[in-house]
Amino acid sequence: MPLPSLSRTLVVMPAFNEADSVADVVREVVEAVPQAHVLVVDDGSRDDTTELARAAGASVARLPFNLGVGGAMRTGFRYAVSKGFDAVVQVDADGQHDPAEIATLVDGLAAADLVLGARFAGVGDYRTSGPRRWAMVVLSRVLSRLTRTRLTDTTSGFRASGPRAIRLFAEHYPAEYLGDTIETLVIASRSGLTISQVPVHMRVRSGGVPSHRPVKSAIYLARAGLALIFALTRPRSSHASEGVR
Amino acid sequence: MSTASYILGIVSALLVLAVVVELLRRGRLRERHAVWWMLAGLLALVAAVFPATLTWAARLVGVQVPTNLVFFASTAILFFVALQSSSELTVLEKRVRTLAEQSALLELRIRELEDRKKKASGS
Repeated sequence: MPLPSLSRTLVVMPAFNEADSVADVVREVVEAVPQAHVLVVDDGSRDDTTELARAAGASVARLPFNLGVGGAMRTGFRYAVSKGFDAVVQVDADGQHDPAEIATLVDGLAAADLVLGARFAGVGDYRTSGPRRWAMVVLSRVLSRLTRTRLTDTTSGFRASGPRAIRLFAEHYPAEYLGDTIETLVIASRSGLTISQVPVHMRVRSGGVPSHRPVKSAIYLARAGLALIFALTRPRSSHASEGVR
Repeated sequence: MSTASYILGIVSALLVLAVVVELLRRGRLRERHAVWWMLAGLLALVAAVFPATLTWAARLVGVQVPTNLVFFASTAILFFVALQSSSELTVLEKRVRTLAEQSALLELRIRELEDRKKKASGS
């Protein structure tokens, strides 16, 4: 696989009411990878996310109402298809992904169709505990077997997609909660795409706090499990048949 | 069974059928959604006009009290109607999502074209 160049790379940033951080993150991305194009998908925000992102130099697609990360990402993939980008990198608008590592993810596309930025792979000090941690471990085991590669952080939203993955995801990108992270891996591996991971640093979110409350963790675990079961039992015909060439 | 309750049964069954047919006629209900309601109305009408059929059907499937068969059939039909509605809702949500994405992309494309035009006429 030829290495996609950064100038053919689209950085997609789903943003829902991220006025506090979106402008800074866009500027940081532009600084880190000036050749890449930045698309902020405003997922029905009620604040100034669109205006601030535009002023910071990003293209902005504004969804009329909130669709969730899955809807925002598919919008990004469709934009990438229509403009002919060779790589799409998803970056969160809350600043927890380090734009300096976008280039690392894109480099990974030389050997795989989908590259995940993994938070537990030895770099950085991102930690989580309790049921949420167990859920992530179980998910990683199951998905590693399925995709025949070692994945340690399957719910990472920091990921890069190559040309084949872009074509697939422009058609099939689940909108359900957690579908955007877990189910996309199942869809990709069933469609014959190769998946790999690279270790990345993760920063503390500048907006919002990650949840560590036990009830929330339990709900997260249940939903993650359900998402995985449905993804695995979904009829293949719905995506695998229209093969990605 | 008193004459009053006999008539009440027939009138309510006819009312259900009349409402369904009227909605269909005005185009407020599509055929495939109306099937279950029609079925319910017709069954109710038959059972109301000939209560003997209900007793016969109850004995056939081994239900002791014929009224219980009515409850069972009503619940089953309502269950399927609700399930079908949920499923249709899912299809609609999927379409709405696609339209929303498309509208966002078209809006962005218009903006890009306008910007390009402005730049071209400005310089």
